[in-house]
Amino acid sequence: MPAKNPRSPRRKDIPAANVVVPRVTAKRFLGHGLPGEDVHKLAGKLIVVEGADGSGRSTQISQLVRWLEGAGHATLQVGLKRSTLVREELELAQQGNILSRTTLSLFYATDFADQLENAILPALRAGFIVLADRYIYTLMARDLVRGVDPAWLRNLYGIALVPDAVFYLDVSPAHLVQRVFAKSPALDYWESGMDLGLSRDMFDSFLKYQALMREAFRQLQRDYGFHIVDGERDPAAVSDELKEKIAAVLVGK
Amino acid sequence: MTKTFSELGFPGRLIAVEGLDGSGKSTQVHLLLKWLEQQGCRVFFSEWNSSALVKSATSKGKKQNLLTPTTFSLIHATDFADRYERQLVPLLRAGYVVLCDRYIFTAFARDVVRGCPPDWVRGLYSFAALPDLTFFFRADLEVSLARILDNRPVLKHHEAGMDMNLSSDPYESFRIFQGRIFEQYLAMSTEFRFTIMDANQRIEEQQGLVRKLVSARIDLKRFAANKPR
Repeated sequence: MPAKNPRSPRRKDIPAANVVVPRVTAKRFLGHGLPGEDVHKLAGKLIVVEGADGSGRSTQISQLVRWLEGAGHATLQVGLKRSTLVREELELAQQGNILSRTTLSLFYATDFADQLENAILPALRAGFIVLADRYIYTLMARDLVRGVDPAWLRNLYGIALVPDAVFYLDVSPAHLVQRVFAKSPALDYWESGMDLGLSRDMFDSFLKYQALMREAFRQLQRDYGFHIVDGERDPAAVSDELKEKIAAVLVGK
Repeated sequence: MTKTFSELGFPGRLIAVEGLDGSGKSTQVHLLLKWLEQQGCRVFFSEWNSSALVKSATSKGKKQNLLTPTTFSLIHATDFADRYERQLVPLLRAGYVVLCDRYIFTAFARDVVRGCPPDWVRGLYSFAALPDLTFFFRADLEVSLARILDNRPVLKHHEAGMDMNLSSDPYESFRIFQGRIFEQYLAMSTEFRFTIMDANQRIEEQQGLVRKLVSARIDLKRFAANKPR
């Protein structure tokens, strides 16, 4: 009797058993890098999703995790303000708004460096697909909007690993504000850029601040190169686009 | 930044003292402070008085050995920025003479010895203006080491440079670490126009010279406390 065809109609819901092994491609640091760290042969992939709160980042990332794990890849999720070293202190600093510009900027960079060295790089060495819910570009955009020197930021984040793919979920401020209110009853102080004094009216400030952030991301896209994804579409359409581009990254394109 | 506070048009002046632990720099800056106060000068001694938050993160990192050369450098840069933006700049804008026991050069020397790229470290601190006067207290390495080690102090992990695996003996590690920092100081002394003090001299001789140099370089009359600016 011939062997059962694995693609028989009855089994079509079960994903294919052949797991694609991602191709190892050369990685590099943005600048000086980390002392004594060689990243050329890191087996894993670093995928970054950037975008404002309400742009659909978390929804997209959880979709990607499902999809990647379903396809046999181990994943790790990282994000901002999650380091062992300074997470709590950053949280308190934000609540009190007591640190000035350069201080806060360096504090966030410390948080980033701690996660890079203790979570991202070890996972990449072990061959994980690391999904970053925001990365240095959000940190840079926030600082650029607050008047920090772009050259200073480029040097500071010279320690960062250049991701295998960066997606910026682009949503207009007017659309964003609707999505924020669909989720929560109030606007966030920082996401409204209230520290900048753009307007005393929070709604007004939110729109102005998010427009500035969007412009900063466009500038960063020109300088650092990443995918700008139309985030106003149906989440499934956005997800399809991300999956298609990530699939290309995995085979080394 | 490659400009001093005076070159940037600040009404205040910043005097920094640098040198190894045990070089006697803290004694000298203390005596300078007392003299300037007695002259009726608007003077402020900036101690490392960072925000509770930054301090909490730094001490947690050190106690739990969470720090790598990069995070060590960044957390200290955060700490410095906090002190710079909250304390130094406002005082210098208000026209004070500010004395600093250690400034950015401490980080330049220490972080580079730990393996951070020199350009990167300098870039981190490029938001800070240069001091108007920097004294480098140069004592023979053995003299500085003896002043610290003769009391057999309990050296902290990072203080002894134990994170660099130079030696399993904290005292030996400290010697090697301080020796390397000393080389870094000497290497940047010309570039940053350090006023090099012979720290092997008697305390009074050094202080006499410090006071002369300060009066020659800074018009102290302008900083009289009773004189509104």
